[in-house]
Amino acid sequence: MKTPTTESQESGVESHLTENSEIRNPKSQMLIALAGNPNAGKTTLFNALTGLKQKVANYPGVTVERKEGFWKAGENAARLIDLPGLYSLDVTSMDEQIAHDVLTGKIGNLPKPDAVIAVVDATNLERNLYLVTQILEFKIPVVVALTMVDLAEKQSLEIDTAKLSELLQIPVIAVKAGQKHGIEELAEKTFEAAQSDKIPHLPWLTEAEFLESDEDIHLSLSDDAAANRKIFARYNFISDVYQESVNALETTERGVSEKIDSVLTHKFFGLVILVAVLLLVFQTIFSWAELPMNLLESGFGALGELAKAVLPEGILADLVIDGIIAGVGGILVFLPQILLLFLFISILEDTGYMSRAAFLLDKLMSKVGLHGKAFLPLMSSFACAIPGIMAARTIENPRDRLATIMIAPFMSCSARLPVYTLMIATFFAGQTVFGFISVGAVLMLAMYALGIFTAVIAAFVLKRTLLKSPPPPFVMELPPYRLPNLRTVFQNMFTRAWLFVKRAGTVILTISIILWALAYFPRTNTEMFVPPDANASAEEIQKAKEDFQQSEQLRNSYAGKLGHLIEPVITPLGFDWKIGIALISSFAAREVLVSTLSIIYNVGKDANEESETLTQAIRDEKRDDGTPVWTPLTALTLMVFFVLAMQCMSTIAIVRRETNSWAWTLFMVGYMTALAYFAAFVTYQVGRMLGF
Amino acid sequence: MILTNLPIGETAKVVSVKGNNAVTKRLMEMGVVPGVAVKVVKTAPFGDPIEIRLRGYSLAMRKSEAEAIEVSE
Repeated sequence: MKTPTTESQESGVESHLTENSEIRNPKSQMLIALAGNPNAGKTTLFNALTGLKQKVANYPGVTVERKEGFWKAGENAARLIDLPGLYSLDVTSMDEQIAHDVLTGKIGNLPKPDAVIAVVDATNLERNLYLVTQILEFKIPVVVALTMVDLAEKQSLEIDTAKLSELLQIPVIAVKAGQKHGIEELAEKTFEAAQSDKIPHLPWLTEAEFLESDEDIHLSLSDDAAANRKIFARYNFISDVYQESVNALETTERGVSEKIDSVLTHKFFGLVILVAVLLLVFQTIFSWAELPMNLLESGFGALGELAKAVLPEGILADLVIDGIIAGVGGILVFLPQILLLFLFISILEDTGYMSRAAFLLDKLMSKVGLHGKAFLPLMSSFACAIPGIMAARTIENPRDRLATIMIAPFMSCSARLPVYTLMIATFFAGQTVFGFISVGAVLMLAMYALGIFTAVIAAFVLKRTLLKSPPPPFVMELPPYRLPNLRTVFQNMFTRAWLFVKRAGTVILTISIILWALAYFPRTNTEMFVPPDANASAEEIQKAKEDFQQSEQLRNSYAGKLGHLIEPVITPLGFDWKIGIALISSFAAREVLVSTLSIIYNVGKDANEESETLTQAIRDEKRDDGTPVWTPLTALTLMVFFVLAMQCMSTIAIVRRETNSWAWTLFMVGYMTALAYFAAFVTYQVGRMLGF
Repeated sequence: MILTNLPIGETAKVVSVKGNNAVTKRLMEMGVVPGVAVKVVKTAPFGDPIEIRLRGYSLAMRKSEAEAIEVSE
């Protein structure tokens, strides 16, 4: 399947490669694949081999990351493709399917690799060798890069690499990617292997049933009994190899990991520490991100001012300033939060803590049908659904991941706060229940609770209907605790952030321009303007004229017309057409509601959620018959609507990108909006019946 | 004996992995095959999942998944 994004990814890779003068035609380059278990040190080795010459994109049609780099060693050069971390090549997960397709040369424009470097963790030799035995069955030359040898020695594991190489009939090279140790030898052996067609003849490979047909060895797994026999045969071979090449000295000392684990997964302290870690992460994301976010905001403000000064007044200037800079700037201010979140995710994953957190919480999460790993995306979504949805990448099973993405936006994000705050400040300020609990705090808590409650129900329903699947196997490695490799952490953080900027940027730019145009056209002239007061100063007249212009413009624009159009639909919620405009414009981002209301109610653009004039204007707004538009019930209804509605074009863009499906994206927008409407309807109508 | 009946801290040899489904396949791929020694390390705070140790590494699984694994008495 070819999608437009595939094209751009390809050209991206090529243009990158052609930057290097030695490479004119990447298609004729040798292709080498890097495969290995998760946590085997694959990424560190990939970085050491390719340096910064790498590109990250997605495989066509799926969200599996495709990392490709350029590896130059002496006179030899090759494209190096980093396969997803995997335990097995049987096609049970998306990652395994992709790896399988790459190794058989079935992915679009990639030829079958000339050789595979299998990254093998020396401290976990047997299970890591399992993948090696499977790759060997593909009849591609394999070279083993043995990592973590020093750690293995500390654990009293003596590995005879020469013996290992002899038994596997393939080169085995100990590498320390961090110190570039063994890299030269690895290059030499790999390029040698890639140019020969020497395929090892290993005992289990010659067993009749294994070589019935090349192509379908791994696809004939419908015969499960045969598949299980194969797994057994591979491990039998591995056990023999292990016994002959490894000398494991008996130690009674508990490993460092085991000691750390006895605290971190302790029945009581484990949970306390988990909560503390999460609080620390979110506190840090909020507080550290504040300064750069403010800087970005004023930066975009300054950019707008600059554009205003440079561009001639007119439609182009308005498009650039109010459409493009304001729209794209509005999403890019989230970048610091996203970078920080990914920094922490990387650290939590690389240290091995993420698996423990999933281990601790799986029982709770599985009650609603989610995987233990879903807790982090959901927690992150309280800050912002965008990084939360991106964090769902850590969930392997596509259906579980989708279910998590579908419910993440119900978590009340920080963009809803200005809306809640405005409504509370306008109608519930200073009120208390039982004399001491503030109504505002109760309402705020209720809004968060409503979001969580709906998310739980939605997950429960989705996992039993559209996303019905057998409970995903939890079977998961608890990797040893390790210090993260800082370079890998930062590289991860920046590549992911860049993907966010690039992809989300294009969609958001488009939607920003559309929304801008809706509010901008058709133009209203200001000739009908009547100065309010004969004694007013020129300055005051000018200000009144601008306010008049803004609100008249909005009233007559397409957005205003849309407001009138949807008025019959939102009347049962107690909303008039002006609130309708605010609902439409806050589709761009929830907090836009505040600035739109202030434009409509003529209180100047610099109003914020606590400004006296805006709260006063909202209270004073009258219908044609003289009754107030807003009552405390209207405010409550609006808050309920904002808890559940999908009003965030950035989230929509990210969901489209992460699910790779407009159908799921539209489904999400649809079901969330329907729920929001229903809940708001019930709130307003029941409230009316109760006499509010 | 079923693995979930093995007391915490005890080691036993896997006799068989019953069933033909995604879970048993994954378990076998992760090295839980007949003949291998496994040790039950701990259970999670809410009683599930459990952690076992085999072939020098730690593996977590739900109790419902561990029920497929039969170990020697």
